[in-house]
Amino acid sequence: MTLTQSDIDREIAAERAAYDKRRAEGAPVEHQPRRDYAPYRSSVLRHPTRPPVTIDVGTDPELVELASPAFGERDVTETDNDLTRRHDGEPIGERITVSGRLLDRDGRPVRGQLVEIWQANSAGRYAHMREQHDAPLDPNFTGVGRTLTDDSGFYRFTTVQPGPYPWRQHLNAWRPAHIHFSLFGTAFTQRLVTQMYFPSDPLFPYDPIIQSVTDDAARQRLVATYDHSLSVPEFSMGYHWDIVLDGPRATWIEEGR
Amino acid sequence: MTKIDPSRPETVLPTPSHTVGPFYGHALPFPGGGDIAPLGHPDAVTLRGYVYDGEGAPLPDAFLELWGADPDGELPRVDGSMRRDPASGGFLGRNGVEFTGWGRVQTDADGHWSARTLRPGARGASAPYVSVCVFARGLLVHLFTRIYLPGDDAALAADPLLRRVDPARRDTLIATRERSGAYRFDIRLQGEGETVFLEFQ
Ligand SMILES: [Fe+3]
Repeated sequence: MTLTQSDIDREIAAERAAYDKRRAEGAPVEHQPRRDYAPYRSSVLRHPTRPPVTIDVGTDPELVELASPAFGERDVTETDNDLTRRHDGEPIGERITVSGRLLDRDGRPVRGQLVEIWQANSAGRYAHMREQHDAPLDPNFTGVGRTLTDDSGFYRFTTVQPGPYPWRQHLNAWRPAHIHFSLFGTAFTQRLVTQMYFPSDPLFPYDPIIQSVTDDAARQRLVATYDHSLSVPEFSMGYHWDIVLDGPRATWIEEGR
Repeated sequence: MTKIDPSRPETVLPTPSHTVGPFYGHALPFPGGGDIAPLGHPDAVTLRGYVYDGEGAPLPDAFLELWGADPDGELPRVDGSMRRDPASGGFLGRNGVEFTGWGRVQTDADGHWSARTLRPGARGASAPYVSVCVFARGLLVHLFTRIYLPGDDAALAADPLLRRVDPARRDTLIATRERSGAYRFDIRLQGEGETVFLEFQ
């Protein structure tokens, strides 16, 4: 039997009802998705069934996980944050500027850390051999960028608006347009891989991946804000997206950080 | 919603995680990602293994990040893991001399990964280990675990984490010696022999 969107819609609704019930019974807000979110079928065999073993980072300042690998100017080239200038010609699509701050849970800027992004082209196609979507490749767009956050924790990318794309989990499954982000903090415990979405996408209710974040406010934090002050005259539309790294870090602050 | 005002702590809430998906291949892997050990270093060790799902099928689309101390137990603070070439815009790779302590390796079509790094030294109360972060399509939040190396039974017995772990599952955190300087460490995401995963608070 073909899995349909209405099958998935029912499962998404059931997961939301279960979360609402947990909340009504006094359970804490869930800022993160659960790893066993069945409406996203790929999670079914790829999540642990045993609870994680908890490590209190306050007990040992020497934990390897309380430090993070270093990245520097050697690891990025000057045009790495401009995805429209990686080839000889101009990519097709609406140019956008995406910028925001990388913060820790105390609201402090996370400086000098690596931000990596990847995305589909404006037609919704990834430059990836396993991609089966029958939409045109753009010879002038690979959809990959990286940068280091500045002294105020800001990152900034120039790219093109990615298109939505079908992904075959169920009949008529479409991913809302998004940009994948990979982020490092000052501690390895703060590592984050996530996706940024665009305001008011009509596909949000149908997509089990964004809906895996069942808390409404938490899900909203994945959606960028249109920011006219970031729009570059005669060039690009601007989007602002701040990122807060979860996970504990060392309670002492290193010199110069 | 996504402009955060740090002067209002109640708005500083975590950005949710999402799966890495299937299409990170042009973005995250880089040449020499698993060649963490400087060339010719006497303390180089080879780590390798498979990543399996709940039915025992190997994952062809997972990747691991490895992060560890140097043989003296010091944490590297040097960049240059993914040095770039300003002329071509491509990757130069590591310089083969400095130890950054960090690497990133993909599983291949058989679900197998391998890396060469330096045998880590002990830090604090812990036995020596390499920290591992697992990412995969289908995994909505990455998973942390640790690779402890066998050999020093006293250090392993005294390790604060290993002491707390269910004895029946403890071995999922300890690599198996295959030959001198070569170790096997499989990761089972679910089910029989499920790897112990960690949460930091
Ligand atoms: Fe995607």
